[in-house]
Amino acid sequence: MLSCREVSELVSQSLDRRLGLVERWRLHMHLRVCDACRNFRRQMAFLRKAARNHPALKRKD
Amino acid sequence: MDPLPASPLPNELEAHRAYLYRYALLQLRDADGAEDVVQETLLSAIQSKSGFAGRSSLKTWLTGILKHKITDLVRRRFREAPPPAYDGDEDEAREYAEQHFEGSRRSHWLNAPRAWEDPEQALAQKRFWTAFEACVGRLPEQTARVFSMREFMGLSTDEICKELGISATNCWVVLYRARMALRECLELNFFGQPAAGD
Repeated sequence: MLSCREVSELVSQSLDRRLGLVERWRLHMHLRVCDACRNFRRQMAFLRKAARNHPALKRKD
Repeated sequence: MDPLPASPLPNELEAHRAYLYRYALLQLRDADGAEDVVQETLLSAIQSKSGFAGRSSLKTWLTGILKHKITDLVRRRFREAPPPAYDGDEDEAREYAEQHFEGSRRSHWLNAPRAWEDPEQALAQKRFWTAFEACVGRLPEQTARVFSMREFMGLSTDEICKELGISATNCWVVLYRARMALRECLELNFFGQPAAGD
């Protein structure tokens, strides 16, 4: 079983590279049983969304 | 056409200056640097007006030039002051893990991430963006630059590695730490706080 630390690293990397099949499986197994890491994953996705929607990047044309 | 900075820029280019400046400031967090890259961008645009063939909107074209100018500047600054290399530095990695995780294998969260209430709605709040800006501003300078290139400019980690001459692993670690710090900062300063008349 992956630790929360390893999961947090993988979740972050999943935003930067395509994870391997085994990595995805191990991630999935951990997330099934860990609320904190599920929250973390949602928050990482949210951070990306926030950055990409930054008001300074809004195009008004 | 006279390409000197003192000469008036064509109105159609000038109309985009404010947007380009906001964009550059977001990436660079430095008003002088942002002024410079915007100026360089508008100058290149004048000099290569033929390069704009109307394939995209003028703004898209200018933003493309600006991204190159920003990347050039960030690359020069990285040469002057490279970010800490995280590759294989075990002491440093352990120290970092100790700040966020507990247990003999540092396997559990020291402060488990809690669910954030209605994060989507936060995007429409001025208070959120103030907190977000402040949190990005607290990142170490080079970390913030890598984060900006990845998340604001949307460059791939491959492109960032190539531009800045850092390894992919190092890039992932920098981004990981940036996101961990931002998450923690937002939880403390925004999502953990009751909305005060916002």
